[in-house]
Amino acid sequence: MTDPSSPRLRQPAHRVSSRAILWWTAQALGGWLALLVPATVGVLFVEDEPGWIATGLEVLAVLALAHILVMPSWRFRVHRWEATADAVYTQSGWLNQEWRVAPMSRIQTVDTERGPLQQLLGLSTVTVTTASAAGPLHVAGLDAGVASRLVEQLTATTQATAGDAT
Amino acid sequence: MSQPAGWARLDPRMLAVAPGQELVRFLPLLVVALLAGRGNEQPFWVLGVLVMAAGTGVLRWLTTRYRVDAERVEVHSGLVFRQHRSVPRDRVRTVDVTANPLQRLFGLAVLRVGTGRQQESRQQELALNAVSASEAERLRGLLLDRSQRVDPAGSAATGPTPPAGSTAPAGPTPPAGSATGSAPPAGSVAAGSAEAGSAPTIATGLAPPAATRAPAVRELARISWTWLRFAPLTVFGVVAVGALLGTTWQLLEQFGVSPTDVDLARTLFDRLTGSPVWLAAVTITAGVLVVGTLGAVVLYAEAWWRYRLTRHPDNTLQIDRGLLTRRSVSLEERKLRGVTVAEPLLLRAGGGASCTAVATGSGGSGRAQLLPPAPRAQAHRVAAAVLREATPPTLAPLRRHPRAALRRRLIRAVLPALALLAVLGIADLWLPSWPWQLAAILLVPASVLVALDRYRNLGHAETARQLVAREGSVLRQTVALQHQGIIGWKIEQSIFQRRAGIATVTATTATGSGAYRVLDVELPEGLLVADSATPGLLTPFLLP
Repeated sequence: MTDPSSPRLRQPAHRVSSRAILWWTAQALGGWLALLVPATVGVLFVEDEPGWIATGLEVLAVLALAHILVMPSWRFRVHRWEATADAVYTQSGWLNQEWRVAPMSRIQTVDTERGPLQQLLGLSTVTVTTASAAGPLHVAGLDAGVASRLVEQLTATTQATAGDAT
Repeated sequence: MSQPAGWARLDPRMLAVAPGQELVRFLPLLVVALLAGRGNEQPFWVLGVLVMAAGTGVLRWLTTRYRVDAERVEVHSGLVFRQHRSVPRDRVRTVDVTANPLQRLFGLAVLRVGTGRQQESRQQELALNAVSASEAERLRGLLLDRSQRVDPAGSAATGPTPPAGSTAPAGPTPPAGSATGSAPPAGSVAAGSAEAGSAPTIATGLAPPAATRAPAVRELARISWTWLRFAPLTVFGVVAVGALLGTTWQLLEQFGVSPTDVDLARTLFDRLTGSPVWLAAVTITAGVLVVGTLGAVVLYAEAWWRYRLTRHPDNTLQIDRGLLTRRSVSLEERKLRGVTVAEPLLLRAGGGASCTAVATGSGGSGRAQLLPPAPRAQAHRVAAAVLREATPPTLAPLRRHPRAALRRRLIRAVLPALALLAVLGIADLWLPSWPWQLAAILLVPASVLVALDRYRNLGHAETARQLVAREGSVLRQTVALQHQGIIGWKIEQSIFQRRAGIATVTATTATGSGAYRVLDVELPEGLLVADSATPGLLTPFLLP
């Protein structure tokens, strides 16, 4: 594996916005709170619950804390993107990571999504779909301005390429 | 409603067939009507349903119009919910002509047009139900005949056209130039000629060099009734018989007939309950096996009666089959992205395999199965013939995957089995009787065996024009994916894969299941394979 002649993937050129860390933190926090708060309330109000339920909740809380503290900055170090004249290249994930390449000639649609939280932070998610059912490419947590420039660039390039992208 | 120029109606003979067909759809309602209306109301309810069924057919004939012009295929339909479906003609990938027994009696056929859209639902698909058989034939020819139109943009932009699509001499495979060797698969040719008189067309579809587009229809495969021996090796028989028995039982109960009222069932039931448990179990198992086998054979025969796979001069492949319901699927070779050879465990044990097309548009109205369960050699021969290769790419020598892949297979198979045992043990849900306990414990060695087999089957190869990947144990699939059908890459590494230096490399396509993966390959090897399959696409993102 350390053979210097063997190919490796290089990282895509651009990072996403650093505000994405905040976004991911808020998302993780929200998700865990939605799970843990009702569970804790339930445990407090139920009498004679077996001891292992409380222990389980404590373990979950520690896991949640670790996830909320570690995941966002880890993601930020991984998430990258690049759009050349010929292809879109993304890198994403944290524990499990994923690289995706889609040639410009096969791109069908380019969408932008902004949830309430993302709007608050000035972020956008760009979704690039191809004709494959294997799923679209996402670039999450982009600065809104960067995202709209990317969409413009992709739209211009894909319009210049004819064909039905299959 | 006047009829504008160019628009055609469905065949009026459908009015005779439609009520019967609609009745099938209204069957649940009919059952409800039979049950709901007790006494004198019952005939009224039933009549109501019958009139509705007939009315729907008439309405469909009255409101449906279709047209094929130079650009597009259009269908208008519906009265309350008006629908207008329009498909550009260069998006037409498959044409499926089906006729059930009733329709055949009246010389009718249903025509379905498959486009490149993924997850095509019945609602979205463009169907004409029904037109005359000759009109269906005319439309099929019209929709798939590429030579009538010129669309330079369409074919030029989507990369190099497959060798099949151009008007250049077909089958440019040099006799000795391909990566996988040059020897013609002599064995498979012999196997093929055994069951068909038209020997020249059997020979792997490799046209004699520059056999200047003979306008003849070439036969690539046809049914041999010796293949019936593979029918019981598909589980469908047992499943279908089970489902049939289940529904019959339910229907009988609905009508207030208890199966124990029937004399034969009664005697059988008494015999079984009177005998020891093991004898009853053996009897039932044997019964299910016998009936399941018979069912499988009958189903196979019905589905694949007079099966033929042919290549037509307009560069389409056509699959004709069926005894009662006659089905004929045409798919455009230019849109064929590859071939899958599937070997479910039982079939594999019996030396059989089936062959399916990876083709745009074949996802919607049923997968385009090119070959029924047949001898393995036949499946590979058809794979080669369909892809216009001299040697079957699905038989290319595969490169094995590293030991880390074996570890992953083992962990993934054995951990769930162990977890199940642990949960059963901890939660004191110990199983009631010893056969269950034994089964639970045997789960562990069984999962080890499956994991070993999954690892043994893992492999990939690169031929001149295809990416070949194989995986699976219970269902082993070998896919040969045309390079030019690949429209992107996905490279995944879980945290464990990253530590082991392996990755799952997935080629995405516009067709079939949309993604075909090379599982647990060394990352550099996977990147090399991907890079050589789509020259230039991945290169800018690689470090040497």
